[in-house]
Amino acid sequence: MQDLLYFSQQLINGLTIGSAYALIAIGYTMVYGIIGMINFAHGEIYMIGAYTALIAITGLTTLGIAWLPLVLVVALVCAILVSSSMGWAVERVAYRPVRGRHRLIPLISAIGMSIFLQNYMQLAQGSRNIGFPLLIEGGFNFGSEGAFQMSLSYMQITIFVTTLVCMTVLSTFISRSRTGRACRAVSQDLGMANLLGIDTNRIISATFIIGAALAAVAGLLLGMYYGSVDPLFGFIAGLKAFTAAVLGGIGSIPGAMLGGLILGIAESMTSGYLSGEYKDVISFSLLILILLFKPTGLLGKPEVEKI
Amino acid sequence: MAASNVRHALFCAIVTLVISYPILGLNLEAEGINIVLTGTDTTTVVAIACAALVVLLFQLFRDSLMGKLGAVSNLNPLTGRKPMEQKERAKLESWVLTGLVVVALFWPFFSSRGAVDLATLVLIYVILALGLNVVVGLAGLLDLGYVAFYAVGAYTFALLSQYYGVSFWMALPLGALLAGLFGLLLGFPVLRLRGDYLAIVTLGFGEIIRILLNNWTNVTGGPNGIGGIPDPTLFGMEFGRRVKEEGNTSFHETFGIAYSGEHKVIFLYLIALVLAIITALIIRRLMKMPVGRAWEALREDEIAARSLGLSRTAVKLSAFTIGAFFAGFAGTLFASKQGFISPESFVFLESAIILAIVVLGGMGSQIGVILAAIAVTILPELAREFSEYRMLIFGAAMVLMMIWRPQGLVPMRRLHITLKTQE
Repeated sequence: MQDLLYFSQQLINGLTIGSAYALIAIGYTMVYGIIGMINFAHGEIYMIGAYTALIAITGLTTLGIAWLPLVLVVALVCAILVSSSMGWAVERVAYRPVRGRHRLIPLISAIGMSIFLQNYMQLAQGSRNIGFPLLIEGGFNFGSEGAFQMSLSYMQITIFVTTLVCMTVLSTFISRSRTGRACRAVSQDLGMANLLGIDTNRIISATFIIGAALAAVAGLLLGMYYGSVDPLFGFIAGLKAFTAAVLGGIGSIPGAMLGGLILGIAESMTSGYLSGEYKDVISFSLLILILLFKPTGLLGKPEVEKI
Repeated sequence: MAASNVRHALFCAIVTLVISYPILGLNLEAEGINIVLTGTDTTTVVAIACAALVVLLFQLFRDSLMGKLGAVSNLNPLTGRKPMEQKERAKLESWVLTGLVVVALFWPFFSSRGAVDLATLVLIYVILALGLNVVVGLAGLLDLGYVAFYAVGAYTFALLSQYYGVSFWMALPLGALLAGLFGLLLGFPVLRLRGDYLAIVTLGFGEIIRILLNNWTNVTGGPNGIGGIPDPTLFGMEFGRRVKEEGNTSFHETFGIAYSGEHKVIFLYLIALVLAIITALIIRRLMKMPVGRAWEALREDEIAARSLGLSRTAVKLSAFTIGAFFAGFAGTLFASKQGFISPESFVFLESAIILAIVVLGGMGSQIGVILAAIAVTILPELAREFSEYRMLIFGAAMVLMMIWRPQGLVPMRRLHITLKTQE
């Protein structure tokens, strides 16, 4: 019984982290699906989302507004607004001029952008980490008193539910709306979509905006969950989310969700049963193994090398 | 001026405000356990407003501005200049290089200790950048975990000296070989991957090595690192005031001169210089050999190169291993110079800096990479008051280089032969 409770606890923790990873991974996978580049600065967009949410929450508290739903909604809207604008601007400034050049050039440009954004935040808000208020407290406890208790906090439930809502909205948007249809067309064949009258530049901008908005949601959620933010906190999270995207099959949106969940569970199991220090090693090893044995990921389409 | 143009310009200006004001204009300050939000000083606010205004005006008059900028390049007197003859260029280059080496050999004797120390660091970066240049510039493989091989070299020396008392001269080839072996082992499975996947896998590998070094406390000392790494000796002569190891003599006693701490610094500098020159010469040779040609061929067109019978794995692997080998070289040198190493010195940012050096100098160009290594290491030292902006400028420079001059400051020139037209 104890073992089962411990195992379920790890599973819940893993699913929580994993669903947040999935939210970030969407940004990687959509951009890769459409223009075939790794948006290295995506982790930083997520970090900016977390910071903006914190700024909004602190601002509201200073003004004396403490009604929880209002605070959360305002923080979410601010984070999405700033992150999406940043995503749009980054694409415009750093990626559009180098699009279509040799593969390495956009990637190096993206690495430069990532370093730039990290230091932008560091200059503006300092390099130390800042505490993030835990707005949603409490939760359910399972198991007998005095022994190991499994806990499921309201925060974790919020993360699941928000992720689920975001994913549903995104799937509907991609499969039903006009822009979503154009997104799919552009990811299949950019040149052809252009010929058929789709404004591909607008669609690419839209992809960056959607990815950044989801990253901002993840920023708010994970910022609250971890309880602190610092300018470098986007880097590792971005790397993990990229791993999740590759794991599920890059370019595939359901794949990103699946990959995020698997990665989250693998990580929490490692820290639960082995050691917390090695969880990053496990996720990067997982990435290397996946790329070696199934480079297309779990749900990805095989890529045919055209001659 | 079309209405859509105005709309676009306004939109861009608003976006500029949105991405800069909340972050730059509102500061989070910790007061005890509470965090409060304070507005920033007026200068920053004015600066943000100015930035938005500049963006607005630039977007409004973009077309005419860009047209004028295009005309500016015609004013440059060097635009229409014919490139120098290959033979003359080679001659000039070799003269300049010989001159530089002679100057580099003698200047430390007339210079301050701090400057020589900095120059040693520059030379370590030169070796690293030359090594990465093989991988990224010549073979076109983006390696974001290059620092891992640097760490392997440094830790090989540190651990061998700590547990087995191995000296610098023994550890130098061992560290480089071990780093090369790591490169081979990592490269063998991952080099089948396409460019950007390779970048991420090497990045992951670099992180794995760093985390292992950080957590394997009873061997590597964990975050505390390893100290007391011995200095190099000159034929058994030590540079310390007292001889530490039996059988060694000390430098100042052998030559009957007064002890001075500078001897050691200059000696290290000279070792670094010799190693850097060796590295540059070996790589220069390799570039002209069939394997060097194969690297470039594979970078330019993989399918064509393979159809001409080049083995993709063998060619890429050779580049990867050689790059790793020189990183190990630099790592051993670094460990000896610092006397203390910890995982702190081998973070991703270090990889990014070395990559930036290669990119700024011009991928594939040796002279460019050497100049960029000097510039990137020395400029921040000269402008210390701007040191907090260093990485910000770095990132921006990487982006701008990719947009305006992806070939780098001193682009690589290929050896080529032109056919004379028959009359």
